[in-house]
Amino acid sequence: MTHILLRHRDIPGIEKFDVYKKNGGFDAFKKAVTKMTPAEVTDVVKNSNLRGRGGAGFPTGMKWAFIDRNNWPHYVVANADESEPGTFKDREIMEGNPFQFLEGVAIGSYAIGANVAYVYLRGEFWQVAAFLDEKIAEMEKAGYLGDNLFGTEYSLRIYTHLGAGAYICGEETALLESIEGKRGQPRVRPPFPPSYGLYGKPTVINNVETFTNVPLILANGADWYKSMGTADSAGVKIFSLSGRVRKPGNYELPFGTTFRQLIYEHGGGVQEGRPVKAIMPAGASSSLIVVDDKVLDTPMDYATVRTVGADLGSASVIVLDDTVDMDWVVNKTIHFFKHESCGKCTPCREGNYWMQHLTERIHSGHGAQADVDLLLNVAKQMQNKCLCALGEFSTMAVVTGIERFPQDFKKAVSQ
Amino acid sequence: MSLEKTHPKEVKQILSKYPPEHKRSAVMPLLYLAQSEAGYINKAAMQDIAKLLDMTETEVASIVGFYTLYHDKKEGKYRMQVCTDLPCALRGADEFLDNLCGNLGIKVGETTPDGLITLESVMCLAACDKAPMFQTQGPDGIKYHENMTVDRTMELIEALKKSNTGVE
Repeated sequence: MTHILLRHRDIPGIEKFDVYKKNGGFDAFKKAVTKMTPAEVTDVVKNSNLRGRGGAGFPTGMKWAFIDRNNWPHYVVANADESEPGTFKDREIMEGNPFQFLEGVAIGSYAIGANVAYVYLRGEFWQVAAFLDEKIAEMEKAGYLGDNLFGTEYSLRIYTHLGAGAYICGEETALLESIEGKRGQPRVRPPFPPSYGLYGKPTVINNVETFTNVPLILANGADWYKSMGTADSAGVKIFSLSGRVRKPGNYELPFGTTFRQLIYEHGGGVQEGRPVKAIMPAGASSSLIVVDDKVLDTPMDYATVRTVGADLGSASVIVLDDTVDMDWVVNKTIHFFKHESCGKCTPCREGNYWMQHLTERIHSGHGAQADVDLLLNVAKQMQNKCLCALGEFSTMAVVTGIERFPQDFKKAVSQ
Repeated sequence: MSLEKTHPKEVKQILSKYPPEHKRSAVMPLLYLAQSEAGYINKAAMQDIAKLLDMTETEVASIVGFYTLYHDKKEGKYRMQVCTDLPCALRGADEFLDNLCGNLGIKVGETTPDGLITLESVMCLAACDKAPMFQTQGPDGIKYHENMTVDRTMELIEALKKSNTGVE
């Protein structure tokens, strides 16, 4: 299959300006700025049914249309904070096909009338940021960024901004706080960023993969995009496959591909030919799905994955085989969330602290059934009480682990 | 010495990214710049950045404390940060880190006696398909090392030793 996002796998050298340009690069941005109104650009994206690829799946065009046009200036922010355990797609896009991503940012900026866009990268992507800075400079030199683009009134500059090691900054309002030079702690919402974003101004924030879809949608039309994927989830998605598979990696596939196709046809199956015991389709934030044939044959789109007991999220599919105990998995995920909780709201800060005590005790063989019950109780107490999704996510593996794999916890406390 | 004196070009370039009325946004890049000198950020550097950006010293210190890639203490010249989160652990990251500790004769969080390497266990680095993996944070920024074995890691450390004969 020809790639739409990971085009560097089909077109060697597409990370170079000339090669990208020769393959239709920047045509869509030029067409948008010289021949279309911002509203027309937004309409194409809306009609394509593109949904946000950061995990929430919110309709992208609708988000752009929400921008408050009575309050200026506007900002665009690309979320390149990629920090969910199991997710490693945005880095490949930015390293392999950087101009398509930047062109998507540029088109989004034109659509909402922003003259400045920031790419917020996690601090660990130090080298990627330096690489993007070079690419941005090449675009400026060639007249695709800067003042009065293509002889119009429209001007745009793109800057990179490095985080410094905080998962919470992938949460969009924490990310904005971080660009403003503050600790990355989420804001109380509403107001939402399209009315109150960066520096209190209307802001659109989208994931790297979301933006990377946009140039080809504009070039080929909304119907072309909708012809791929499912009715619920249009287009293609990069599935980050990890865990106990033979060939972990990024696989760009249409929505509606089944777990079985992803794991066995693309991922080469499970190591040592073992059976799949559980799947986490949305990284460490995911619920644990008990795997049987029906689950393996489930088409992966936002609505259908929900019917087997989890969200698709950013499609970071972690595969667990029958040698993996869920009390170990939950101890790992809670260790992560305890470390990454920003400390702003009490349920998440205290809840994760206590959950870590309990998961450690249970996993190390010093726990009793009462500890498992208490762990489940703490997790459920936290649900619907946290300020942002991090706190909610931290409870997903705990609750589904204990409820769907009780035998693993029973074994852990009876040793 | 103020960053404005030691790195005038970089400071100007960093400040130009943000609206002049929001120059506080420059705190993170300026902290990286300050850290690039000695591998950590001391009190004087925080005071300097606070003054440059009209922030209080406490506000700057709160940024250093919040984000894990800023350090306020001197450790090894290179921090070797191994990811042991769930996807990496499913591919042997915990054993890798244990073996590395054994080979280096130090525990997680400790520094080799020559002051070259501090070994750390860190959260997800977005390279789950290439575990075991780690990043090195040092004077030349952050670098990824993927699909690693203990042998290859020891070779890397030997190479770092050779190019850093003058480690204090």
